Amino acid sequence: MDYFDRFAIPHPSPAIYASMVAIGLTVIAILVGLTYFKKWGYLWREWLTTVDHKRIGIMYLIAALLMLFRGGVDALMMRAQTAVPDNKLLDAQHYNEVFTTHGVVMIIFMAMPFIYALMNFVVPLQIGARDVAFPRLNALSFWLFFMGAMLFNISFVIGGSPDAGWTSYFPLAGNDFSQSVGTNYYLMSIQIAGIGTLISGINFIATIFKMRAPGMKLMKMPMFTWTALITNAIVVFAFPVLTVTLLLGTMDRLFGTHIFSMTNGGMDMLWANLFWVWGHPEVYILILPAFGIYSEIISTFSQRNLYGYKSMVASIVIISFFSFLVWTHHFFTMGQGPLTNSIFSITTMAIAIPTGIKIFNWLLTMRKGKIKFTVPMLYSVGFIPIFTIGGVTGVMLGMASADYQYHNTMFLVAHFHYTIIPGVVFAMLAGLTYWWPKMFGFMLNERIGKWAFWFIAIGFNVTFFPMFFTGLDGQARRMYTYSEASGFGLLNMLSFVGAVGLAIGFAIIVYNVYYSTRHSSRNIGSDPWNARTLEWATQTPVQSYNFARTPQVDSIEAFWDHKKKGKPLFKGKIEKIHMPNNSGVPFIMSCIFFVWGFSFVFSMWIPAIITTIAIFACMAHRSFEKDDGHYISVKEIEATEKDSEVLANESR
Amino acid sequence: MKVDNSLPLEYGTEQNKLNILGFWIFLGAEVMLFATLFATYFTLENRTGNGPAGAEIFELTPVLIETILLLTSSFTIGLGVHAMRLGRKNAMITFFSITLLLGLAFLGVEIYEFTHYASIGAGLQVSAFTGILLTTLGTHGAHVTLGLFWGLFIIMQVKKRGLTPETANKSFIFSLYWHFLDVVWIFIFSFIYLKGMM
Repeated sequence: MDYFDRFAIPHPSPAIYASMVAIGLTVIAILVGLTYFKKWGYLWREWLTTVDHKRIGIMYLIAALLMLFRGGVDALMMRAQTAVPDNKLLDAQHYNEVFTTHGVVMIIFMAMPFIYALMNFVVPLQIGARDVAFPRLNALSFWLFFMGAMLFNISFVIGGSPDAGWTSYFPLAGNDFSQSVGTNYYLMSIQIAGIGTLISGINFIATIFKMRAPGMKLMKMPMFTWTALITNAIVVFAFPVLTVTLLLGTMDRLFGTHIFSMTNGGMDMLWANLFWVWGHPEVYILILPAFGIYSEIISTFSQRNLYGYKSMVASIVIISFFSFLVWTHHFFTMGQGPLTNSIFSITTMAIAIPTGIKIFNWLLTMRKGKIKFTVPMLYSVGFIPIFTIGGVTGVMLGMASADYQYHNTMFLVAHFHYTIIPGVVFAMLAGLTYWWPKMFGFMLNERIGKWAFWFIAIGFNVTFFPMFFTGLDGQARRMYTYSEASGFGLLNMLSFVGAVGLAIGFAIIVYNVYYSTRHSSRNIGSDPWNARTLEWATQTPVQSYNFARTPQVDSIEAFWDHKKKGKPLFKGKIEKIHMPNNSGVPFIMSCIFFVWGFSFVFSMWIPAIITTIAIFACMAHRSFEKDDGHYISVKEIEATEKDSEVLANESR
Repeated sequence: MKVDNSLPLEYGTEQNKLNILGFWIFLGAEVMLFATLFATYFTLENRTGNGPAGAEIFELTPVLIETILLLTSSFTIGLGVHAMRLGRKNAMITFFSITLLLGLAFLGVEIYEFTHYASIGAGLQVSAFTGILLTTLGTHGAHVTLGLFWGLFIIMQVKKRGLTPETANKSFIFSLYWHFLDVVWIFIFSFIYLKGMM
C-alpha cells in the first residue's frame, strides 16, 4: 500500500474531507444526470467535439465562472480567518494553501478563460469572419486550459495543494521547503493550461491579420479587436518564458537539477526574474482586453464614437512594449542595487502615461454624450475612479525607495486588487452583460443587475480600502493571523464584511441568470443595445456560419453607418459556405494531457511515458487525417436566413 | 477548395497562407523560448559549484561533426523544397530523406555527447551549469527528435498523396521548422561551445 500513500493529503482537515465527499457526489450526480436524461450524445456532438468559436467561447465562460466561484470561496476563507485576531478557523499551513490557490485560480483559471471567452465569441464576429484561423487548434486550446484547471483543482483532495504563493518563489518552492506534491501540481497544471493559451495567441493573431472583412483595414478595426490583437501578441512573446520557467522548476523538483537551488551554483533569484518577465506582461494580457471592452461599452452607451481612436491604439501598443520592461518592480527589495531599481522605477511610472491617455479618452467620449446608465455602463463608469486609485497607488509602489515601506504588506494587496477587480472583473461582468443577448438570445434583467453592481462596487471598496491603512501600519500579507495588540482587528473585520457584500453581489448575478432565463423576452432582435460594431449586424442567435454574406466595411463603425447613413453592409448574393468539421481529438488529447500531468506530479514514470507516446500519437493522427471540412449549401443558408427574417419582422 | 495557380503550391489556398503565417508566429514564440533558455544559460554559465566548467568538458570534434551534419541537412531540405517547387516529387522525397538521415546522425552524436558528459562527471544534477547546459541542448535535441517523426510522416504523405496544395504546404512548413532548428544550433555552437572553449 506504500505506493498509494503518496496520494494522501499531508494536512487533512474536516473541511477537506467534506470537499472530497462533495466532489464525489457532484461527479456522480453529473454522470447519473447525463445518463438519465440521455444527454451523452448531445454533449459529445454539440460541445465536446465542437470547433465553433462561439461554443468554445461559451465553454470558456462556464469554466471561468466555476473557477470564479472556487477562487471566491478561497477569498472568503481568508477574510473569515483574518476577521478577528488570533483566529483558529484555519491553521497556518491551510492558510498558505488557500492564498496560493486563490491567486493561481483567479489569475490563470478565472481571468484568462474569461478574456478568452469574450475574445472567442466576439472577435470573429467583430471582424466579419466565419471562425478563427485554426478552429481545431482553438478547441485544443480550450481543452488544454480546462484540463490544466481540473488538474490544479484536484490537488487539494489528492496529494495536497501548492502552498508557496501564486508566485511560487524558489527556494521556498523547492523540494527542501515544499515537500508535498503541491508545487508539482502548480508546475504541471499551469504548463498544460499555458500551452493552450500560447496556441490561442497564435490563432488569434493569424485570425485578426488575415480574416478581416473586406475593407476593414487595421486602423478600422473595433477597439476590442485591437486590444485582442495586442494582447495575443503579448501572449506569444510572454508565455514561452513561462513555459521555460516552469520547465526549469520541474527539472529542479523532479529531476534534481540545481538551477534555482541554494547549492551547487543554483540561483534562487533567477526564478523571481523569470517568473515576472512573464508575470508582468500577464498583467497587461488581462487588462488590455478589459480596456477594449470598456471602449466598446462607453462608446455604445454614450451614443458617441470613441474619442481619440488613434491615441487609443498607440497607447495599447506602447503599454504592450513597456509591459516587458518593468518586471523588476515586483521585487525592488530583493537586492538589485539602486541603479537597476531606478531604471525600473522610471519604466514603471512611464506606463501611467499611456494608461492616463486612455482614461481621458473614455471621459471625453462620455462628454456631451447621451449617456444611458445600463448595467454594462455602470461597471464601466465605476471602473474609472476605482481603477485610478489602483493606478495612483501603483505609482506609489513604483517608487523604489518608498517601496521598502510598502512591500509585502496589505497595502500591496489592496493596490493590485484595486487594479485587477475594477480593471478585469468589472470589465468581464460588463462584457458578459453586454454580449449576453448575442450569446444566449435574451437580456439579463437590468434591475437585478444594478443591485448586483452596487453590492459588488460597495462591497469591493469596503473590503480593500481598509487594507491600505493596515498595510501602512505594517500588517504583512500572507500572514494567517495577527495579535490583538496590533490593532488590526477592526479594519480586518470591516474587510470581512465587505467580502460578504461582494459575495452577495455575485450571488445576485447568479440569481439574475436564473431569473432572466425564465422571464426575459426572447424577442429582442439582433441589436438590442443600439450598438456600433459588426457583431450586432448578424442575427441572434448567431448561426454557425456567422454571416450569410461577408460584410463590406469602409469605416471604423461600419454597422453604425449602415444604420444611420444607410450604407449597404451586405452586397452580392449568398454563396455556399465552407465550414470545418467537428473533431473529438482535441478533447481526447487533452484528457491524455491530464493523465500525463498527473503522472508527472507523482513521479509515476511508466504512465508518464505511455501518455507522452499517446500525445504524439494524437498529433500523428492529425497529420495523416484528411479533413477538408464541409459546405453549407445556398439552399440551407437561405432557409435559415428567411426564418430569421420572418422572426425579426414579427418582433418589430 | 479554391487554388490560386499564380502562387507556389504551398501558398495556393487561403488556408495554406493562414497555416504559413500561423507557423511564423509559432516560430516567434520558439525564438522567445530559446532566448529564455540562453538568458538562463548565460546567467548560470560560471556557476559551476563543485562540478566542471565548460572549458573542461567541451570537445571540438563531436561538436563540429554535429554542426556539419545539421548545416548540411538545412541545405538538403532547401534543395527538397526547390524540387517541390519544380514539381519533382521523387527528387523532393530523396532530399527530404537525406535531411532526416542527417538529422538522425546528428541526434546519434548528441546522444553520444550526453553519455560522455555523464561519464566524466558532468551529469544533469552536478551543478547549475550542467543542469542548464543539458536542458538547453536537450530542448534543441527534443525538437530535432520531434522533427524526425514529423518529417517521416510528411514523406509518407507525399509519397501516397502526391504533391497537393495540402502536402506541399506541410512540407514547406516543415522546412521552416528545420531551418529554425539550424539557426538555434548556430547560436548554441557559437555562444555555448565556442564561447565556453575560449
